[in-house]
Amino acid sequence: MAQEILDLKENALAKGEESFWKGVKDCVPTLLGYLSIGFAAGVVEKTAGLSIAEITLMCLLLYAGSGQFIAAGMIAMSNPISAIIFTIFFVNLRHFLLSAALAPCFRHLSPWKNMVTGSLLTDETFGVAINQLSNKKFASYKWMLGLNITAYLNWLVANIIGGFFGKWIPNPERFGLDFALPAMFIGLLVIQITSQKRFFVDIMVAVSAIIIVIGVSFIFSGSVGIIVATILGSTIGVMIEKWK
Amino acid sequence: MEVRWTILLIIIGTAIVTFIPRVLPLMVLSRMQLPKGVIQWLKHVPVAVMAALVAQELFLSDDKFSLISNKLELLASLPTLAIAILTRSLLGTVLVGLISMMALRYIF
Repeated sequence: MAQEILDLKENALAKGEESFWKGVKDCVPTLLGYLSIGFAAGVVEKTAGLSIAEITLMCLLLYAGSGQFIAAGMIAMSNPISAIIFTIFFVNLRHFLLSAALAPCFRHLSPWKNMVTGSLLTDETFGVAINQLSNKKFASYKWMLGLNITAYLNWLVANIIGGFFGKWIPNPERFGLDFALPAMFIGLLVIQITSQKRFFVDIMVAVSAIIIVIGVSFIFSGSVGIIVATILGSTIGVMIEKWK
Repeated sequence: MEVRWTILLIIIGTAIVTFIPRVLPLMVLSRMQLPKGVIQWLKHVPVAVMAALVAQELFLSDDKFSLISNKLELLASLPTLAIAILTRSLLGTVLVGLISMMALRYIF
């Protein structure tokens, strides 16, 4: 029995399998950012007239940062159900690109396991995962699960706290908490670029994506810019690589 | 602890349209041998999407481009960026970002 466990462990190590707890640990740097955003989301949801039970259900099923803000705002303004669903579809469509970008590292896992991984995919777990995977061929399912579940529970707890206590904290911006999310994205972007060692192409892709987001904001509103910038930015990256 | 029918409908509807694009590529594309060009393209997605998210946070305010209403965010992003490049630590970057923002709000 002991020998068997040892063999299994060696097998797992040989495949570069990382543990559930390593995933939990690697999620920690993102907790603060999403705790403050989740808190703010909870306040907005509560203000929009949602009950704590509804906020909980929204976190468990929809589980999307910007999506929940927008859904709450649209509920507050009594938009038709179809308009809310349609808007959220567009806001969250970028996950399609994130999910596709992860796919090559998840070939060895069953569709069922990949469904679990995908269903909990967010910007920040994607950022952490893709950095982790940059020197590896295969992702560890257990590591992914540790990362995803930690982020999921953190988000739920933050929303509920926001829903309960939001009204007593009038100005959370005073503590700089609203800057946690951009700071996290800056960190994820820099770590991604520095780990890949192809600075020229990456910086060109990043700069193009930034310019495109700003450019698109003059024409369309909302998250259209993110999707357009991701598609065009990646295409520019491929083109630069071909020219070089 | 009540859940209204319309809210339940909205939550389930938005959850389904979010779930499908999240899981579909991971479930389907991971089963296929993707063409080299597609994989090459997908390799640029992380940098492009993170940069786009940064741009949305730092340069847009209520979906509109504005440097003036984002001046504190832009200022705070400088030490944040420096720490990210120097330390490559996500937690360190977030903490320096928070402290910078807090200091800037205190000063201005």
